Amino acid sequence: MKVSLSRIAHGRSGDKGDICNIGVIAYDARHYPLLVREVTAQRVKTFFGDFVKGKVERFELPNLAALNFLLYEALDGGGTLSLRIDAQGKTMSAALLRIEIEVSESELAL
Amino acid sequence: MIRIANGQGFWGDWLEAPVRLIEQGPIDYLILDYLAEVTMSILQKQKKKDPTLGYARDFPPLIARVERLLRDRNVKVIANAGGVNPIACAREIRRVAPSLKVAVVLGDDVFPRLDEFLAAGHPMRNMDTGAALSTIRDRIHSANAYLGAFPLAEALATGADVVVTGRCADAALALAPMVHRFGWKADEWDKLASGIVAGHIVECGAQSTGGNCQVDWQSIPDLANIGYPIVEADPDGSFSITKHPGTGGRVSSNIIKEQLLYEIGDPKNYLTPDCAADFTTIQLKDNGPDRVRVTGVRGGPRPEMLKLSISYADGWKSIGTLVYSAPQALEKAQAADRIVRARLEQLGLRFDEIYTEFFGVNACHGPVAVPNPNPAEVQLRIGVRGPDRNAVDRFTRELIPLVLSGPPTATGYGEGRPPVREIVAYWPAMIPRELVPAKVEVVE
Repeated sequence: MKVSLSRIAHGRSGDKGDICNIGVIAYDARHYPLLVREVTAQRVKTFFGDFVKGKVERFELPNLAALNFLLYEALDGGGTLSLRIDAQGKTMSAALLRIEIEVSESELAL
Repeated sequence: MIRIANGQGFWGDWLEAPVRLIEQGPIDYLILDYLAEVTMSILQKQKKKDPTLGYARDFPPLIARVERLLRDRNVKVIANAGGVNPIACAREIRRVAPSLKVAVVLGDDVFPRLDEFLAAGHPMRNMDTGAALSTIRDRIHSANAYLGAFPLAEALATGADVVVTGRCADAALALAPMVHRFGWKADEWDKLASGIVAGHIVECGAQSTGGNCQVDWQSIPDLANIGYPIVEADPDGSFSITKHPGTGGRVSSNIIKEQLLYEIGDPKNYLTPDCAADFTTIQLKDNGPDRVRVTGVRGGPRPEMLKLSISYADGWKSIGTLVYSAPQALEKAQAADRIVRARLEQLGLRFDEIYTEFFGVNACHGPVAVPNPNPAEVQLRIGVRGPDRNAVDRFTRELIPLVLSGPPTATGYGEGRPPVREIVAYWPAMIPRELVPAKVEVVE
Protein backbone atom coordinates (compact mmCIF):
# COMPACT_ATOMS: atom_id res chain seq x y z
CA MET A 1 0.00 0.00 0.00
CA LYS A 2 0.99 3.61 -0.39
CA VAL A 3 1.59 5.80 2.67
CA SER A 4 2.92 9.29 3.05
CA LEU A 5 6.59 9.43 4.02
CA SER A 6 5.57 11.73 6.87
CA ARG A 7 3.86 8.76 8.53
CA ILE A 8 7.20 7.11 9.35
CA ALA A 9 9.70 9.97 9.13
CA HIS A 10 10.39 13.58 10.03
CA GLY A 11 13.04 15.92 8.75
CA ARG A 12 14.80 19.25 8.61
CA SER A 13 16.29 21.15 5.69
CA GLY A 14 18.66 24.02 5.13
CA ASP A 15 21.23 25.42 2.73
CA LYS A 16 24.87 25.61 1.82
CA GLY A 17 24.97 28.13 -0.99
CA ASP A 18 22.92 26.74 -3.86
CA ILE A 19 22.85 23.26 -2.31
CA CYS A 20 19.83 22.33 -0.22
CA ASN A 21 20.28 19.57 2.34
CA ILE A 22 17.36 17.54 3.62
CA GLY A 23 17.67 15.22 6.59
CA VAL A 24 15.03 12.48 6.69
CA ILE A 25 14.76 10.59 9.96
CA ALA A 26 12.71 7.50 10.82
CA TYR A 27 10.56 8.00 13.92
CA ASP A 28 11.33 4.39 14.79
CA ALA A 29 14.71 2.89 13.88
CA ARG A 30 12.95 -0.31 12.73
CA HIS A 31 11.57 1.67 9.79
CA TYR A 32 15.02 2.79 8.65
CA PRO A 33 15.35 -0.02 6.06
CA LEU A 34 12.12 1.25 4.47
CA LEU A 35 13.68 4.70 4.09
CA VAL A 36 16.77 3.18 2.50
CA ARG A 37 14.67 1.14 0.08
CA GLU A 38 12.01 3.71 -0.82
CA VAL A 39 13.60 7.15 -0.61
CA THR A 40 16.37 6.86 -3.16
CA ALA A 41 18.31 9.79 -4.59
CA GLN A 42 16.56 9.21 -7.93
CA ARG A 43 13.15 9.27 -6.26
CA VAL A 44 13.95 12.62 -4.64
CA LYS A 45 15.26 14.04 -7.92
CA THR A 46 12.15 12.89 -9.77
CA PHE A 47 9.83 14.29 -7.11
CA PHE A 48 11.27 17.81 -7.20
CA GLY A 49 11.59 17.83 -11.00
CA ASP A 50 12.57 21.24 -12.41
CA PHE A 51 12.61 22.80 -8.97
CA VAL A 52 16.02 21.18 -8.44
CA LYS A 53 18.29 21.78 -11.44
CA GLY A 54 21.27 19.65 -10.42
CA LYS A 55 21.91 16.16 -9.11
CA VAL A 56 20.74 14.62 -5.85
CA GLU A 57 23.18 12.77 -3.59
CA ARG A 58 22.21 10.53 -0.68
CA PHE A 59 24.17 9.63 2.46
CA GLU A 60 23.18 6.98 5.00
CA LEU A 61 23.34 7.39 8.78
CA PRO A 62 22.12 4.03 10.17
CA ASN A 63 23.18 5.09 13.68
CA LEU A 64 20.53 7.83 13.58
CA ALA A 65 18.08 5.88 11.38
CA ALA A 66 18.41 8.78 8.99
CA LEU A 67 19.29 9.76 5.43
CA ASN A 68 20.92 12.99 4.32
CA PHE A 69 20.17 14.33 0.85
CA LEU A 70 22.14 16.99 -0.99
CA LEU A 71 20.14 18.71 -3.73
CA TYR A 72 22.42 20.65 -6.09
CA GLU A 73 21.38 23.86 -7.85
CA ALA A 74 18.23 23.68 -5.79
CA LEU A 75 17.82 27.22 -4.49
CA ASP A 76 17.85 29.51 -7.53
CA GLY A 77 21.49 30.42 -6.91
CA GLY A 78 21.18 30.28 -3.14
CA GLY A 79 22.10 32.76 -0.43
CA THR A 80 21.77 36.41 -1.43
CA LEU A 81 21.58 35.62 -5.16
CA SER A 82 18.33 33.68 -4.95
CA LEU A 83 15.04 35.44 -5.70
CA ARG A 84 12.99 32.74 -3.98
CA ILE A 85 11.06 33.37 -0.78
CA ASP A 86 12.62 30.18 0.61
CA ALA A 87 16.17 30.94 -0.52
CA GLN A 88 17.55 28.85 2.37
CA GLY A 89 15.47 25.77 1.63
CA LYS A 90 13.91 25.79 5.10
CA THR A 91 10.63 24.33 3.86
CA MET A 92 12.03 21.73 1.45
CA SER A 93 11.92 18.91 4.02
CA ALA A 94 8.20 19.48 4.54
CA ALA A 95 7.70 19.11 0.78
CA LEU A 96 9.69 15.88 0.57
CA LEU A 97 7.81 14.30 3.48
CA ARG A 98 4.68 14.39 1.30
CA ILE A 99 5.95 11.73 -1.12
CA GLU A 100 4.17 8.41 -1.04
CA ILE A 101 6.13 5.26 -0.40
CA GLU A 102 5.13 1.69 -1.17
CA VAL A 103 5.10 -0.52 1.93
CA SER A 104 3.26 -3.58 3.17
CA GLU A 105 1.21 -3.58 6.35
CA SER A 106 3.61 -5.98 8.04
CA GLU A 107 6.54 -3.69 7.27
CA LEU A 108 4.70 -0.78 8.87
CA ALA A 109 3.71 -2.72 11.98
CA LEU A 110 6.09 -2.35 14.89
CA MET B 1 31.69 18.28 33.99
CA ILE B 2 31.29 21.75 32.53
CA ARG B 3 28.10 23.41 31.28
CA ILE B 4 28.25 25.30 27.99
CA ALA B 5 25.11 27.14 26.89
CA ASN B 6 24.32 28.75 23.54
CA GLY B 7 22.22 31.89 23.77
CA GLN B 8 22.29 33.14 20.18
CA GLY B 9 21.92 31.08 17.01
CA PHE B 10 22.42 34.06 14.70
CA TRP B 11 22.56 37.85 14.89
CA GLY B 12 18.95 38.79 15.44
CA ASP B 13 18.07 35.79 17.60
CA TRP B 14 15.99 36.26 20.78
CA LEU B 15 17.55 38.99 22.93
CA GLU B 16 16.24 37.48 26.18
CA ALA B 17 17.75 34.04 25.60
CA PRO B 18 21.31 34.73 26.83
CA VAL B 19 20.06 36.61 29.89
CA ARG B 20 17.69 33.81 30.86
CA LEU B 21 20.43 31.19 30.41
CA ILE B 22 22.50 32.99 33.05
CA GLU B 23 19.56 33.73 35.36
CA GLN B 24 17.61 30.48 35.30
CA GLY B 25 20.20 27.90 36.27
CA PRO B 26 23.88 27.03 36.48
CA ILE B 27 26.13 27.42 33.44
CA ASP B 28 29.89 27.87 33.18
CA TYR B 29 30.21 29.21 29.64
CA LEU B 30 27.85 31.22 27.49
CA ILE B 31 28.53 31.09 23.76
CA LEU B 32 26.94 33.41 21.23
CA ASP B 33 27.00 33.07 17.44
CA TYR B 34 26.49 36.35 15.59
CA LEU B 35 28.06 35.84 12.19
CA ALA B 36 26.33 34.59 9.08
CA GLU B 37 28.24 34.56 5.80
CA VAL B 38 26.84 37.87 4.57
CA THR B 39 27.15 39.57 7.95
CA MET B 40 30.88 40.10 7.44
CA SER B 41 30.36 42.25 4.34
CA ILE B 42 27.80 44.45 6.13
CA LEU B 43 30.26 44.91 8.97
CA GLN B 44 33.13 45.64 6.58
CA LYS B 45 31.04 48.43 5.02
CA GLN B 46 30.27 49.87 8.46
CA LYS B 47 33.94 49.83 9.38
CA LYS B 48 34.84 51.62 6.15
CA LYS B 49 32.50 54.45 7.10
CA ASP B 50 33.53 54.51 10.76
CA PRO B 51 36.73 52.78 11.93
CA THR B 52 35.27 52.27 15.43
CA LEU B 53 32.48 50.04 14.04
CA GLY B 54 32.36 46.71 12.20
CA TYR B 55 31.22 44.42 15.02
CA ALA B 56 27.86 43.11 16.30
CA ARG B 57 26.51 46.21 18.01
CA ASP B 58 23.94 44.25 20.05
CA PHE B 59 26.71 42.51 21.97
CA PRO B 60 28.24 45.21 24.25
CA PRO B 61 24.79 46.30 25.57
CA LEU B 62 24.03 42.65 26.36
CA ILE B 63 27.28 42.32 28.32
CA ALA B 64 26.53 45.58 30.16
CA ARG B 65 23.11 44.18 31.09
CA VAL B 66 24.55 40.96 32.54
CA GLU B 67 27.89 42.31 33.84
CA ARG B 68 27.09 41.73 37.48
CA LEU B 69 25.48 38.33 36.90
CA LEU B 70 28.52 37.11 34.98
CA ARG B 71 30.76 38.05 37.91
CA ASP B 72 28.45 36.73 40.62
CA ARG B 73 27.91 33.39 38.90
CA ASN B 74 31.38 33.10 37.38
CA VAL B 75 30.11 32.67 33.83
CA LYS B 76 32.55 33.23 30.95
CA VAL B 77 31.34 34.43 27.57
CA ILE B 78 32.70 33.46 24.14
CA ALA B 79 31.22 35.27 21.14
CA ASN B 80 32.14 35.82 17.51
CA ALA B 81 30.62 39.29 17.87
CA GLY B 82 33.92 40.91 16.90
CA GLY B 83 33.04 40.76 13.22
CA VAL B 84 35.75 42.60 11.28
CA ASN B 85 36.76 44.75 14.26
CA PRO B 86 37.15 42.64 17.43
CA ILE B 87 39.39 45.24 19.13
CA ALA B 88 36.77 47.98 18.78
CA CYS B 89 34.15 45.57 20.09
CA ALA B 90 36.35 44.72 23.09
CA ARG B 91 36.99 48.41 23.83
CA GLU B 92 33.27 49.11 23.79
CA ILE B 93 32.69 46.22 26.22
CA ARG B 94 35.38 47.62 28.51
CA ARG B 95 33.65 50.99 28.35
CA VAL B 96 30.17 49.70 29.22
CA ALA B 97 31.21 46.84 31.54
CA PRO B 98 34.50 48.02 33.07
CA SER B 99 34.75 45.28 35.71
CA LEU B 100 35.16 42.51 33.14
CA LYS B 101 38.41 41.28 31.63
CA VAL B 102 38.18 41.02 27.83
CA ALA B 103 40.42 39.08 25.44
CA VAL B 104 40.25 39.08 21.65
CA VAL B 105 41.29 36.54 19.04
CA LEU B 106 42.75 38.16 15.92
CA GLY B 107 44.03 36.86 12.61
CA ASP B 108 40.91 35.70 10.79
CA ASP B 109 40.55 38.94 8.79
CA VAL B 110 42.66 38.35 5.68
CA PHE B 111 40.99 41.06 3.56
CA PRO B 112 44.18 43.22 3.58
CA ARG B 113 46.32 40.19 2.66
CA LEU B 114 44.52 38.86 -0.42
CA ASP B 115 46.98 40.34 -2.94
CA GLU B 116 49.86 38.93 -0.94
CA PHE B 117 48.22 35.47 -1.09
CA LEU B 118 47.51 35.78 -4.82
CA ALA B 119 51.11 36.88 -5.50
CA ALA B 120 52.38 33.88 -3.55
CA GLY B 121 50.44 31.57 -5.88
CA HIS B 122 47.30 30.82 -3.87
CA PRO B 123 44.41 31.13 -6.37
CA MET B 124 41.67 30.86 -3.69
CA ARG B 125 39.38 29.26 -6.26
CA ASN B 126 35.65 29.17 -5.59
CA MET B 127 35.08 25.75 -3.99
CA ASP B 128 31.72 25.41 -5.75
CA THR B 129 32.53 26.69 -9.26
CA GLY B 130 36.34 26.39 -9.52
CA ALA B 131 36.66 30.00 -10.73
CA ALA B 132 39.81 31.93 -9.78
CA LEU B 133 39.54 34.77 -7.26
CA SER B 134 41.16 37.16 -9.73
CA THR B 135 37.86 37.22 -11.69
CA ILE B 136 36.18 39.13 -8.83
CA ARG B 137 39.22 40.74 -7.17
CA ASP B 138 38.02 44.34 -7.57
CA ARG B 139 34.55 43.59 -6.16
CA ILE B 140 35.52 41.96 -2.86
CA HIS B 141 33.98 43.37 0.34
CA SER B 142 35.48 41.07 2.97
CA ALA B 143 37.63 37.97 3.41
CA ASN B 144 37.89 35.95 6.60
CA ALA B 145 39.37 32.60 7.55
CA TYR B 146 37.42 30.23 9.76
CA LEU B 147 39.62 29.81 12.84
CA GLY B 148 39.34 26.84 15.19
CA ALA B 149 38.94 26.32 18.92
CA PHE B 150 42.56 26.44 20.05
CA PRO B 151 43.06 30.23 19.82
CA LEU B 152 39.76 30.65 21.68
CA ALA B 153 41.00 28.25 24.40
CA GLU B 154 44.20 30.29 24.61
CA ALA B 155 42.10 33.43 25.10
CA LEU B 156 40.15 31.71 27.91
CA ALA B 157 43.48 30.81 29.53
CA THR B 158 44.24 34.52 30.01
CA GLY B 159 41.45 34.50 32.62
CA ALA B 160 39.23 36.65 30.46
CA ASP B 161 35.56 36.98 31.40
CA VAL B 162 34.63 37.73 27.81
CA VAL B 163 36.36 36.35 24.70
CA VAL B 164 35.62 38.20 21.48
CA THR B 165 36.50 36.71 18.12
CA GLY B 166 35.91 37.50 14.50
CA ARG B 167 35.19 34.65 12.09
CA CYS B 168 35.64 31.19 13.55
CA ALA B 169 33.91 27.87 12.95
CA ASP B 170 30.54 28.08 14.72
CA ALA B 171 31.06 24.77 16.48
CA ALA B 172 34.51 25.89 17.72
CA LEU B 173 32.78 28.25 20.15
CA ALA B 174 31.53 25.20 22.08
CA LEU B 175 34.71 23.16 21.67
CA ALA B 176 36.96 25.91 23.05
CA PRO B 177 35.94 25.64 26.73
CA MET B 178 36.41 21.84 26.56
CA VAL B 179 39.92 22.24 25.14
CA HIS B 180 40.65 24.84 27.80
CA ARG B 181 39.27 23.00 30.81
CA PHE B 182 40.03 19.39 29.88
CA GLY B 183 43.44 20.06 28.35
CA TRP B 184 42.62 18.20 25.14
CA LYS B 185 45.54 18.01 22.69
CA ALA B 186 45.43 19.07 19.05
CA ASP B 187 45.57 15.44 17.87
CA GLU B 188 42.96 13.90 20.18
CA TRP B 189 40.64 13.62 17.20
CA ASP B 190 37.84 11.65 18.84
CA LYS B 191 37.49 14.08 21.73
CA LEU B 192 37.75 17.10 19.45
CA ALA B 193 35.17 15.61 17.10
CA SER B 194 32.86 15.01 20.04
CA GLY B 195 33.17 18.66 21.06
CA ILE B 196 32.45 19.69 17.48
CA VAL B 197 29.32 17.52 17.42
CA ALA B 198 28.21 19.20 20.65
CA GLY B 199 28.86 22.55 19.01
CA HIS B 200 26.92 21.60 15.89
CA ILE B 201 23.94 20.53 18.00
CA VAL B 202 23.74 23.82 19.92
CA GLU B 203 25.00 26.31 17.32
CA CYS B 204 21.52 27.10 16.04
CA GLY B 205 20.21 27.86 19.51
CA ALA B 206 16.67 26.64 20.17
CA GLN B 207 16.62 24.44 17.05
CA SER B 208 17.97 21.77 19.42
CA THR B 209 15.37 22.38 22.12
CA GLY B 210 12.14 22.15 20.15
CA GLY B 211 12.21 25.19 17.87
CA ASN B 212 11.57 24.60 14.14
CA CYS B 213 10.85 20.99 14.98
CA GLN B 214 8.62 18.71 12.88
CA VAL B 215 8.18 16.04 15.55
CA ASP B 216 4.68 16.57 16.94
CA TRP B 217 5.30 20.32 17.02
CA GLN B 218 1.93 21.22 18.50
CA SER B 219 2.72 19.24 21.64
CA ILE B 220 5.96 21.05 22.40
CA PRO B 221 5.30 23.05 25.56
CA ASP B 222 5.60 26.80 26.05
CA LEU B 223 7.62 27.90 23.03
CA ALA B 224 7.15 31.47 24.30
CA ASN B 225 9.57 30.63 27.10
CA ILE B 226 11.72 28.12 25.25
CA GLY B 227 14.92 27.12 27.02
CA TYR B 228 18.08 27.43 24.95
CA PRO B 229 20.46 24.46 24.80
CA ILE B 230 23.08 23.51 27.34
CA VAL B 231 25.93 21.04 26.79
CA GLU B 232 27.06 19.15 29.88
CA ALA B 233 30.51 18.08 28.73
CA ASP B 234 32.69 15.42 30.31
CA PRO B 235 36.49 15.17 30.04
CA ASP B 236 36.29 11.94 27.99
CA GLY B 237 34.36 13.71 25.22
CA SER B 238 30.91 12.34 25.96
CA PHE B 239 28.23 14.88 26.76
CA SER B 240 24.55 15.50 27.42
CA ILE B 241 22.27 18.06 25.82
CA THR B 242 19.70 19.61 28.11
CA LYS B 243 18.01 22.91 29.04
CA HIS B 244 17.19 24.64 32.29
CA PRO B 245 14.32 23.04 34.30
CA GLY B 246 11.03 24.91 34.04
CA THR B 247 11.76 26.42 30.64
CA GLY B 248 9.67 25.73 27.53
CA GLY B 249 10.56 23.55 24.60
CA ARG B 250 11.77 19.95 24.59
CA VAL B 251 15.01 18.00 24.32
CA SER B 252 14.65 14.51 22.86
CA SER B 253 16.72 12.29 20.62
CA ASN B 254 14.36 12.94 17.68
CA ILE B 255 14.91 16.67 18.02
CA ILE B 256 18.68 16.27 18.35
CA LYS B 257 18.69 14.10 15.20
CA GLU B 258 16.95 16.85 13.23
CA GLN B 259 19.60 19.31 14.29
CA LEU B 260 22.47 16.87 13.64
CA LEU B 261 21.29 16.62 10.05
CA TYR B 262 20.86 20.37 9.66
CA GLU B 263 23.11 21.94 7.02
CA ILE B 264 25.60 19.10 6.75
CA GLY B 265 27.17 17.48 3.70
CA ASP B 266 28.91 14.09 3.79
CA PRO B 267 28.16 12.92 7.35
CA LYS B 268 31.32 10.78 7.50
CA ASN B 269 33.52 13.79 6.90
CA TYR B 270 32.25 16.91 8.67
CA LEU B 271 35.27 19.17 8.28
CA THR B 272 36.24 21.83 10.78
CA PRO B 273 39.50 23.70 11.41
CA ASP B 274 40.23 21.39 14.37
CA CYS B 275 39.30 17.91 13.11
CA ALA B 276 37.04 15.89 10.86
CA ALA B 277 33.98 14.48 12.65
CA ASP B 278 32.23 11.26 11.60
CA PHE B 279 28.49 11.75 12.22
CA THR B 280 27.83 8.08 11.45
CA THR B 281 29.50 7.16 14.76
CA ILE B 282 27.26 9.32 16.98
CA GLN B 283 25.22 7.38 19.56
CA LEU B 284 22.20 9.08 21.14
CA LYS B 285 20.21 8.00 24.16
CA ASP B 286 17.23 9.65 25.81
CA ASN B 287 18.36 9.92 29.39
CA GLY B 288 15.59 11.39 31.50
CA PRO B 289 13.27 14.29 30.76
CA ASP B 290 14.75 16.88 28.39
CA ARG B 291 18.12 15.19 28.42
CA VAL B 292 19.94 13.32 25.63
CA ARG B 293 23.26 11.57 26.14
CA VAL B 294 25.76 11.62 23.24
CA THR B 295 28.63 9.14 23.06
CA GLY B 296 30.84 7.25 20.63
CA VAL B 297 31.88 10.11 18.35
CA ARG B 298 34.95 9.32 16.23
CA GLY B 299 37.09 11.89 14.52
CA GLY B 300 39.99 12.22 12.14
CA PRO B 301 42.84 14.63 11.40
CA ARG B 302 42.21 18.30 10.80
CA PRO B 303 42.53 19.55 7.22
CA GLU B 304 45.73 21.23 6.03
CA MET B 305 43.72 24.08 4.55
CA LEU B 306 41.48 26.55 6.32
CA LYS B 307 38.22 27.64 4.75
CA LEU B 308 37.90 31.25 3.68
CA SER B 309 34.65 33.16 3.60
CA ILE B 310 34.91 35.89 0.98
CA SER B 311 32.07 38.26 0.10
CA TYR B 312 31.83 40.30 -3.07
CA ALA B 313 29.47 42.58 -4.96
CA ASP B 314 27.53 40.66 -7.60
CA GLY B 315 24.99 43.02 -9.10
CA TRP B 316 21.60 44.27 -7.97
CA LYS B 317 18.23 42.84 -7.20
CA SER B 318 14.74 43.85 -6.22
CA ILE B 319 11.60 41.92 -5.33
CA GLY B 320 8.15 43.47 -5.61
CA THR B 321 4.68 42.25 -4.69
CA LEU B 322 1.01 42.88 -5.43
CA VAL B 323 -2.01 41.08 -3.98
CA TYR B 324 -5.07 39.89 -5.94
CA SER B 325 -8.27 38.68 -4.29
CA ALA B 326 -10.73 35.99 -5.34
CA PRO B 327 -12.46 35.28 -7.60
CA GLN B 328 -9.76 34.04 -9.97
CA ALA B 329 -7.00 35.37 -7.73
CA LEU B 330 -4.33 33.17 -9.33
CA GLU B 331 -5.43 33.93 -12.89
CA LYS B 332 -5.27 37.68 -12.16
CA ALA B 333 -1.82 37.41 -10.62
CA GLN B 334 -0.61 35.33 -13.59
CA ALA B 335 -1.97 37.95 -16.01
CA ALA B 336 -0.24 40.74 -14.06
CA ASP B 337 3.03 38.80 -14.23
CA ARG B 338 2.72 38.54 -18.03
CA ILE B 339 2.04 42.29 -18.29
CA VAL B 340 5.08 43.24 -16.18
CA ARG B 341 7.33 40.95 -18.22
CA ALA B 342 5.97 42.34 -21.49
CA ARG B 343 6.61 45.92 -20.35
CA LEU B 344 10.17 45.09 -19.24
CA GLU B 345 10.73 43.45 -22.61
CA GLN B 346 9.42 46.50 -24.48
CA LEU B 347 11.81 48.70 -22.49
CA GLY B 348 14.64 46.49 -23.69
CA LEU B 349 15.81 45.85 -20.13
CA ARG B 350 18.11 42.88 -19.63
CA PHE B 351 18.30 40.88 -16.42
CA ASP B 352 20.19 37.76 -15.40
CA GLU B 353 16.92 36.45 -14.06
CA ILE B 354 13.26 37.32 -13.60
CA TYR B 355 11.63 35.02 -11.07
CA THR B 356 7.93 34.86 -10.23
CA GLU B 357 6.20 33.19 -7.32
CA PHE B 358 2.51 33.08 -6.50
CA PHE B 359 2.24 33.35 -2.75
CA GLY B 360 -0.50 31.15 -1.38
CA VAL B 361 -0.15 28.77 -4.33
CA ASN B 362 3.46 27.77 -5.01
CA ALA B 363 5.99 30.11 -3.37
CA CYS B 364 7.63 27.70 -0.94
CA HIS B 365 7.34 24.44 -2.83
CA GLY B 366 7.15 25.44 -6.47
CA PRO B 367 5.82 22.68 -8.73
CA VAL B 368 5.47 20.20 -5.84
CA ALA B 369 3.24 22.43 -3.70
CA VAL B 370 -0.04 21.06 -2.34
CA PRO B 371 -2.69 22.09 -4.92
CA ASN B 372 -4.75 25.14 -3.91
CA PRO B 373 -7.35 25.45 -6.69
CA ASN B 374 -9.40 28.40 -5.40
CA PRO B 375 -7.32 30.61 -3.07
CA ALA B 376 -9.00 33.57 -1.33
CA GLU B 377 -6.08 35.74 -2.37
CA VAL B 378 -2.73 35.39 -4.08
CA GLN B 379 0.33 37.55 -3.71
CA LEU B 380 2.26 38.04 -6.92
CA ARG B 381 5.95 38.19 -6.06
CA ILE B 382 8.32 39.10 -8.89
CA GLY B 383 12.07 39.40 -8.42
CA VAL B 384 14.76 40.52 -10.85
CA ARG B 385 18.53 40.56 -10.63
CA GLY B 386 21.27 41.73 -12.91
CA PRO B 387 24.44 43.80 -13.24
CA ASP B 388 22.68 47.04 -14.28
CA ARG B 389 21.39 49.00 -11.30
CA ASN B 390 19.33 51.30 -13.52
CA ALA B 391 17.49 48.38 -15.08
CA VAL B 392 16.64 46.98 -11.65
CA ASP B 393 15.52 50.42 -10.51
CA ARG B 394 13.23 50.74 -13.52
CA PHE B 395 11.69 47.36 -12.68
CA THR B 396 10.68 48.69 -9.24
CA ARG B 397 8.43 51.23 -11.02
CA GLU B 398 6.60 48.64 -13.13
CA LEU B 399 4.41 46.99 -10.47
CA ILE B 400 2.27 49.71 -8.91
CA PRO B 401 0.88 51.01 -12.23
CA LEU B 402 -0.94 47.69 -12.54
CA VAL B 403 -3.25 48.71 -9.71
CA LEU B 404 -5.04 50.96 -12.23
CA SER B 405 -3.96 49.48 -15.54
CA GLY B 406 -3.97 45.72 -14.96
CA PRO B 407 -6.36 42.97 -13.88
CA PRO B 408 -9.01 43.89 -11.28
CA THR B 409 -8.75 43.81 -7.45
CA ALA B 410 -5.04 44.55 -7.04
CA THR B 411 -4.06 45.71 -3.56
CA GLY B 412 -1.24 45.39 -1.06
CA TYR B 413 0.96 48.12 -2.55
CA GLY B 414 1.02 50.30 0.58
CA GLU B 415 4.78 50.07 1.05
CA GLY B 416 5.36 51.76 -2.30
CA ARG B 417 8.18 50.78 -4.64
CA PRO B 418 10.39 47.93 -3.45
CA PRO B 419 14.00 48.83 -2.60
CA VAL B 420 16.94 48.05 -4.92
CA ARG B 421 19.51 46.05 -3.01
CA GLU B 422 23.11 45.26 -3.81
CA ILE B 423 23.76 41.54 -4.03
CA VAL B 424 26.63 40.54 -1.79
CA ALA B 425 27.56 37.06 -2.90
CA TYR B 426 29.58 34.48 -1.02
CA TRP B 427 32.81 32.96 -2.31
CA PRO B 428 34.02 29.90 -0.39
CA ALA B 429 37.74 29.17 -0.85
CA MET B 430 40.75 27.56 0.86
CA ILE B 431 44.10 28.80 2.14
CA PRO B 432 46.99 26.86 3.78
CA ARG B 433 46.50 27.15 7.53
CA GLU B 434 50.07 28.21 8.26
CA LEU B 435 49.42 31.45 6.38
CA VAL B 436 46.74 32.46 8.87
CA PRO B 437 48.24 32.53 12.37
CA ALA B 438 45.86 33.52 15.16
CA LYS B 439 46.82 35.96 17.88
CA VAL B 440 45.33 36.52 21.33
CA GLU B 441 45.32 39.94 23.02
CA VAL B 442 43.93 41.13 26.32
CA VAL B 443 42.28 44.52 25.80
CA GLU B 444 42.83 47.01 28.62
